[in-house]
Amino acid sequence: MESIKDKCAIVGIGETEYSKDSGRSELSLVLEASMKAIADAGLQPEDIDGMVRFVVDPTPEEEVIASLGIPELTFFDELAYTGTAAGGLVAHACMAVATGLANNVLLYRAMNGRSGKRYGSGAITGRRGQGQSAFMEPFGLLVPGQQLAMYAQRHMYEYGTTSAHFGAISVACRKHANMNPRAIMHGRPMTIEDHQNSRMIYDPFHLFDCCLETDGGAAIVISSSERAKDMRQRPVYVSAVAQSLVPPIVENGPISQTVAAKAGPRLFNMAGITPQDIDAAQIYDHFSALVLFALEDYGFCPKGEGGAFVEGGRIEIGGELPINTAGGHLSEAYVHTVNHIIEGVRQLRGCSTAQVPNAEHVLVDTGEGVGAMILRR
Amino acid sequence: MPQQTPLPLPVPTIDNQEFWDACNRKELAIQHCPRCDVFRHPPRPLCPGCRQGNLGWKQVSGLGTIYSYTITHQAIHPALKDRVPWNVIMVDLDEGVRMISHLVDCPVDDIRIGMRVEVLFEEVEAGVTLPYFRPAPG
Repeated sequence: MESIKDKCAIVGIGETEYSKDSGRSELSLVLEASMKAIADAGLQPEDIDGMVRFVVDPTPEEEVIASLGIPELTFFDELAYTGTAAGGLVAHACMAVATGLANNVLLYRAMNGRSGKRYGSGAITGRRGQGQSAFMEPFGLLVPGQQLAMYAQRHMYEYGTTSAHFGAISVACRKHANMNPRAIMHGRPMTIEDHQNSRMIYDPFHLFDCCLETDGGAAIVISSSERAKDMRQRPVYVSAVAQSLVPPIVENGPISQTVAAKAGPRLFNMAGITPQDIDAAQIYDHFSALVLFALEDYGFCPKGEGGAFVEGGRIEIGGELPINTAGGHLSEAYVHTVNHIIEGVRQLRGCSTAQVPNAEHVLVDTGEGVGAMILRR
Repeated sequence: MPQQTPLPLPVPTIDNQEFWDACNRKELAIQHCPRCDVFRHPPRPLCPGCRQGNLGWKQVSGLGTIYSYTITHQAIHPALKDRVPWNVIMVDLDEGVRMISHLVDCPVDDIRIGMRVEVLFEEVEAGVTLPYFRPAPG
């Protein structure tokens, strides 16, 4: 069977300002980010004939096309699993483009994640005891951070990982955010002492292990690699994509490992490269520890050795594997990894604020391995 | 006692009603596949081992081991307003299934992975009984 390796490219990127109170509707944020992404590609809105969106995104496709004067979509698709959808949506967009269902697909995500629906609030995001949440919420397990704190606690127990290891990830993200004027935490340096002294939220997670809550929007445009050559920007090819879904590991699986361990080998196999070929990684960092899990599970270091791996500046700019070079969810903005994809594109265009010299391959993990991609220039 | 906002209460379904009914009888009954002789939790209509229905329910020992836990320090829900720090535990029951629960009769600083625990039942609202755990004696 023919692979979609390198068949498609990210040709346009767009973002709004990231803030704590946009004062605007989510639709307005989607439109600004989308218009910027379309213009960045050198396209017109009516060139967009495909759209992919997060099920959790409040803005339906028809609101976007009604606003942008797009006459018809020939492909549209939505993906669940909360904030992890971006990787799968890129995969679906590439499949649609590679098979001719659409020519130019827009992916968007916008939220008033601070002034509106806050993901850290169990009262807002909970399912009120319905479905399988009946076995969690009545016991006070209400938000993802608590569940992931239990994963982190177990990793510490099994491998001797420490809170300071998690802190090294937060510090790296903050360092990169301080090089990025768009980042919410720009101008606010953080040391490992600051991390250790920050208040406990969900033990073992301190405040600075938890991502930001952000108002803002981000969008990208995906087209065929062939058409991308004639567009405005240097194409960034989608060299590989992968998705993985397994029965909930919280129910009976080992929780110190994510499905990145399953998606990773497929991803590197499709791209025809190894983890050693990755120049920078943009990894879903709703909580610091999950970056450490991902580094192990994608094979950048052996399982259980993530703590040692993140020490000594290895994951900071200038190190062996810089991560989240725009600041990530921990320090740039929380837009469900669409900002991570955009930063991956910037690295490969050579215009990141924390540029890795001559970056050729970037891994983007869009959430615990549920979705992931390798981008190349 | 001042009126306190409750945590969300379980909304039973046709697939798990027996679990909650047993809790109201102060029994921990776990779904069990008679063909595979394996316990399953949370309850679902088919056994993933043999893909057949007609699963039964068996009362279990109520003994288990803490697999992981977290202590929540921020009142992320109105119900936790005066109840933080609040612990959530993952318990691996001796019968081989895992449950999410809450540990009582134990200071949060003493909670450890590997700790032996036993079930107890607390009626949190009229007709709604939850299986909590406490440190097991011995």
